[in-house]
Amino acid sequence: MEAEQIEIATFLAQYAPFDAMPEEVVAEVATSIEISYYRAGTDIFAYGDEIHDLAILRSGAVELFRRNGTLYNRISEGDIFGQMGLLMNNRVRMPAKAIEDTLIYFIPEAMFNRLFDDFEHFADFVEVEDRTRLRQAVSSHNEANDLTTSKVKKLIIRDPVMISSTDSVQHAAQVMSQETVSSILVMGDEPDPDTGFKPVLGIITDRDLRNRVLAEGLPYETPVQEIMSPQLITLDHNAYIFEAMLTILRSNLHHVPVLQHGKPIGVVALSDIARYESQNSLFLVASIFRQQSVDDLVILSQQVKDCFVRMVNEDANSHMIGSALSVIGRSFKQRLLELAEEELGEPPVPYCFLAMGSMARDEQLIVTDQDNAIILDDSYEHSEHNAYFEALSKRVSDGLNACGYTYCTGNIMATNPEWRKTLKEWEQCFADWIDNPSPRSLLDSNIFFDLDGVHGRTNWAEQLKAFIGRRARRNNRFLAAMARNALNRTPPLGFFKDFVMEQDGRHNNSINLKRRGTAPLADLIRVHSLAIDSRSQNSFERLDDIIESGILPKGRGPDLRDAMEFISMVRIRHQALDIEAGREPDNNIEPENLSDFERRNLKDAFQILSNAQKFLKFRYQPNRS
Amino acid sequence: MLHFDLRKKEDADHVDWRAMLETKRETVQHETLQAFYQQGWVSPDTSVSQVSFVALDFETTGLDSQQDAIVSIGLVPFTLNRIRCQHAQHWIVNPNRPLAESSIVIHGITHSDIVNAPDFSHVIEPLLSALAGSVVVVHYRRIEREFLDRAFKQRLGEGIIFPMVDTMELEARKHRSGKRSFMDWIARRPPESIRLADSRHRYHLPFYQSHHALTDAMATAELLQAQIAHDFSPDTPISELWR
Repeated sequence: MEAEQIEIATFLAQYAPFDAMPEEVVAEVATSIEISYYRAGTDIFAYGDEIHDLAILRSGAVELFRRNGTLYNRISEGDIFGQMGLLMNNRVRMPAKAIEDTLIYFIPEAMFNRLFDDFEHFADFVEVEDRTRLRQAVSSHNEANDLTTSKVKKLIIRDPVMISSTDSVQHAAQVMSQETVSSILVMGDEPDPDTGFKPVLGIITDRDLRNRVLAEGLPYETPVQEIMSPQLITLDHNAYIFEAMLTILRSNLHHVPVLQHGKPIGVVALSDIARYESQNSLFLVASIFRQQSVDDLVILSQQVKDCFVRMVNEDANSHMIGSALSVIGRSFKQRLLELAEEELGEPPVPYCFLAMGSMARDEQLIVTDQDNAIILDDSYEHSEHNAYFEALSKRVSDGLNACGYTYCTGNIMATNPEWRKTLKEWEQCFADWIDNPSPRSLLDSNIFFDLDGVHGRTNWAEQLKAFIGRRARRNNRFLAAMARNALNRTPPLGFFKDFVMEQDGRHNNSINLKRRGTAPLADLIRVHSLAIDSRSQNSFERLDDIIESGILPKGRGPDLRDAMEFISMVRIRHQALDIEAGREPDNNIEPENLSDFERRNLKDAFQILSNAQKFLKFRYQPNRS
Repeated sequence: MLHFDLRKKEDADHVDWRAMLETKRETVQHETLQAFYQQGWVSPDTSVSQVSFVALDFETTGLDSQQDAIVSIGLVPFTLNRIRCQHAQHWIVNPNRPLAESSIVIHGITHSDIVNAPDFSHVIEPLLSALAGSVVVVHYRRIEREFLDRAFKQRLGEGIIFPMVDTMELEARKHRSGKRSFMDWIARRPPESIRLADSRHRYHLPFYQSHHALTDAMATAELLQAQIAHDFSPDTPISELWR
């Protein structure tokens, strides 16, 4: 019996990824195919529908849409679509519509899975294809918005709609329908003494009006305060979309207010986020929270490297990669803490688990150790509660180590009782460092000046940051000591002839790009940012604030940004190459492995760092007023 | 398919298929046919979205069912939503007569292909079981209906008939109804072709190399999906289509 579908097989063989497959496989694919005709104007896939086939456009034309309804792509003969839905959870992610009379060949899921497993280039094609397009879409979006589209503030399309807590529910409904919004923020009347703005007391959504007003038969005059959700969960405008996504998913909210310096600047809804999902790192982060044991997390952590390499290959910039890896690292920490709490029971007193250093700066890369600490509630009693936090810290620290975040060599970890303090003690500790600074005392504690709350009472971390900011700003002795520390690590600039190599014996012919490049850059940027009381933590964002404050000579800020980006990317690419070659990634590069282009640009970048260090020395001399 | 000038008016009178099939079920003698007619038929008022179809195509040695015979059979089951290639079937059968050079050129099946091919009697069972429970769809019903009937008469001593959807007739209803206009006549505008490839072209279906029974069956299935999408609706009762 001759059963090959000649027409279909011949067609498939003309287009990637089938053009590179053995003839007999293509013939087999052809026999598995199902066909359907769509008249112009009809929907092929609707968002969220179940999907169990890969679609190939045989003839006609199809448009794919983002969830918000904007056109994503128009595809033509031989193009495939639907793979994202198949790869994710069998739900359509991009609605598709026939814009001409269209004939679609469908490859059933079972065959798709077989091809995916058996043919690496097929797997790459269906994965990369979508990402390439996604990247194109993102980068065209980026052109107008620079590189920080991954911030939640970019999702905000309108000012928040607000009413007073004493207004009636009817008034709320009227305002909501006038403004065509599905949620409204309920504001207090008295400004918050800290921020100077009226505080957000809660939120009301369409659903609340239905469930809590109409269903309950409450009178129209009921004050909104009585039916609102007291909304304690908010996002900072600097939060990443990943974080917004997690917050929304994990707390089962659909609308989260976004605050800038305590003032609401908008509301982000789940639907706003869906279109910004970055599938890989998001996927990983979501899986982290599904793992039920440390062992499972350890297995999952193998994927961090793959995720990193993919991002590098997708030309993500260092800021995106650093923040994605930081979110991943933070998620591991959070899940480990949740698991530890499940095992050890509820914490006896509230606490806040802190991330420090690169993770707090959203600059984590693949070779990284763990720096962490704990803020304890002021009611903490050492004799009663210490055992719990010792055990908790140990579990987290061991878990992180097993997941590839090695123990901190400087012992800056929550397992060290010295770094478990109450908020009061932490403030005292920072006050000490700031008021009585010596380069010596600050040398080891430098790392604490980048901190971030990752679990528990994370607002304590914000309080502590605010405390540090107020205290450090314009404190010249402290800034001078910090500046002196920032000059400890110099760029490898003996090199008008060539690079100067590390002399540590182990990497004799190499330069440690972290120690001689990104770290001193991050250090000097931190000093400037402390001087202007910038609350940003990321080096690039700090630079934005620094440039805005005008403390640097013209042009120096952008130069620093370029230098940071370039050195970071050389370091990142080097690590990705190591991983792809099966080597243990590190921060050391051998100049002979660099291209002329990289070498020339690295020298320029180090020169910029060196000049910036000279300026730092001048700017924060201890005897300057 | 070699049959474009052969349209006759056989369709003018509508057959009462319910009665016809009932009679057949009671009167056929051969047990194979008895089994086929006893499997039951979809009721005439069933909407097309609920019907299982099977597209059928024959290649033949020529156009005269009295003298020529079937060389190959292709069939593809489908619904309004999906054509299932995975369950497509194709047989070459020995026509037991010499192949005309002209027909070889058309369907590409050669002497050597048919030498070892089985007689039609060997495919009766699998063919009927593939058709059972489905509504058969063809492009130009006369060929399949007459050749099938004749082949059954020769092997089992009894013929076979059942309702078929004819995609060519559906095109004819649209393009050949009524007289050609005076302007068409003046302009010497040719009537719309209702050949498979030309009909498909009107629905923007891709060009397929024709005269392979399987490809033609698939092409016919696609054409019916397109015709229903454009000219009917998923709720159209099947009795409006079959004849």
